[in-house]
Amino acid sequence: MNTTRRTVLKGATASGVLAGLIAAGALRPTQVLAADWNKTAFEAKDTAGALKGIGAGAPAESKDLMLKVPDIAENGAVVPVDVVSSIPNTSSIAILVEKNPQPLSAQFDFANGAVAEVSARLKMGQTSLVKAVAKADGKFYTAQKEVKVTVGGCGG
Amino acid sequence: MADPMKIRAQLKGDVTEIRVLMGHAMETGQRKDAAGATVPAHFIQSMTVDVGGKRVVDGQIGTSVSRNPVFGFKMKGAKVGDKVVVSWVDNKGDKRSDEAAVA
Amino acid sequence: MNIASSGLRLLSCTAALALSLSVAAQTKDPNAEFEKFRAEMEESNPAELFEVKGEELWKARRGPKNVSLAESCDLGQGVGKVEAAYVKMPRYFADADAVMDAERRIVWCMVEKQGFKFDDIAKKPFQGGNDNNAPEITNLVTYVASGSRNMKFDIPLGDPKVRDAFETGKAMAAYRAGPYDFSCNTCHGVDGKRIRMQNLPNLATPEGAIKGVQGWPGYRMTGGVMLTSQWRMNDCFRQQRFPEPKYASQTITNLLTYMSGNSNGQMYKGPGIKR
Repeated sequence: MNTTRRTVLKGATASGVLAGLIAAGALRPTQVLAADWNKTAFEAKDTAGALKGIGAGAPAESKDLMLKVPDIAENGAVVPVDVVSSIPNTSSIAILVEKNPQPLSAQFDFANGAVAEVSARLKMGQTSLVKAVAKADGKFYTAQKEVKVTVGGCGG
Repeated sequence: MADPMKIRAQLKGDVTEIRVLMGHAMETGQRKDAAGATVPAHFIQSMTVDVGGKRVVDGQIGTSVSRNPVFGFKMKGAKVGDKVVVSWVDNKGDKRSDEAAVA
Repeated sequence: MNIASSGLRLLSCTAALALSLSVAAQTKDPNAEFEKFRAEMEESNPAELFEVKGEELWKARRGPKNVSLAESCDLGQGVGKVEAAYVKMPRYFADADAVMDAERRIVWCMVEKQGFKFDDIAKKPFQGGNDNNAPEITNLVTYVASGSRNMKFDIPLGDPKVRDAFETGKAMAAYRAGPYDFSCNTCHGVDGKRIRMQNLPNLATPEGAIKGVQGWPGYRMTGGVMLTSQWRMNDCFRQQRFPEPKYASQTITNLLTYMSGNSNGQMYKGPGIKR
């Protein structure tokens, strides 16, 4: 019996087991990605729950966190969002759409020379605040902007 | 078999701009089809960007990301010719990995 | 009056037309913002995914005759040649004895050269919102269109047959029919018309016509689907409450010849992105 597999199955929620296996080289990082998906945070139905899920609690407003979004989205299906953090030692950026059924849209961890900047295209169900949350030196910061989502006319 | 990604990695000064276009339905699990049946959730959950063999971005993705997602990242310390590998895994366990060179 | 519910959206498209002038006076025109937004989206356009598939289809030996379009299909620039072909159609093809637009010509090649059945292609020529993939013909049109990226429209209006199609298309655009007595010109024959947030280009003018043909085939954000100008014409007919036009018919070619002819000399930027 494959002992690695047994250990992983038994310790499905024990991230320590997985981490140990990765460190031992027995599991390549790409194989454990699905298990690491932060289900609690992504399935949270409101911003507060999502923030709690990523450990952000009550992030401080920061002018060094820049959010670039259109004022009006021509189509809520594809809204371009750009987040740039000038906060030193930013290690991750998360993006939330407040009024979406599941506000947490994505979270990115940076390393090895990555600049704390990310752009993504999001679905927005209705006019809503888009929030960025940056983690730097263990503290959380946030910025937000409203995007108006319109009901379109004729799509030509 | 999932669609290949389109990856662009351009060195501008000392910053490499990486742009990736992925082909994926990104179904939220809340949409109903023409017959009224709910289309099951099928979306990319995680993605990684490796440059020159080092993990640069580790991303977790939710259902609010658009169909056929596009992501942009920046990094410092890469050279022309460095290999950029982007991989994703979705909630059904489907995966895809593609590479491009920094230009 | 609640015009926001999608069930009423089609009807309100037309009702809103009457309100558009008064609304315009009160609200800022967001179209400049939309143009900027579309330019940004075009930078990484999901249309590229369909272009790649189209290229594979163009080069593959397929159909009962087991021949590739690359080795058998002349789009007007020589057999298999895709470069600059899209912006030089519609044009007259002697072997078909007809003026044809790009999609119609590719379908013709698939039928005549590869042995596919027209009815099989016409059965479902457009990607639906629930389809994960676009029909093969859509991928092919996208690939062919990419071969004209950043080239100017240059359809041979000097050719009497093309001129004839152009004039017929022009007359069709003025033809009123259907329960609303609409013609194409009702929405697209005058400057300054708008339906909610979308400006309607005046296709009778060069500045408006290029807006009509620019961006097709295009990735439509609504539904995340790849669509061609054949689809756009079909959808216009639906919005006018006209009977459905026959797929890849002379009717559509005539209308496309009119719009493309008015766009001559202007830049085509390749497959685009649409609301």
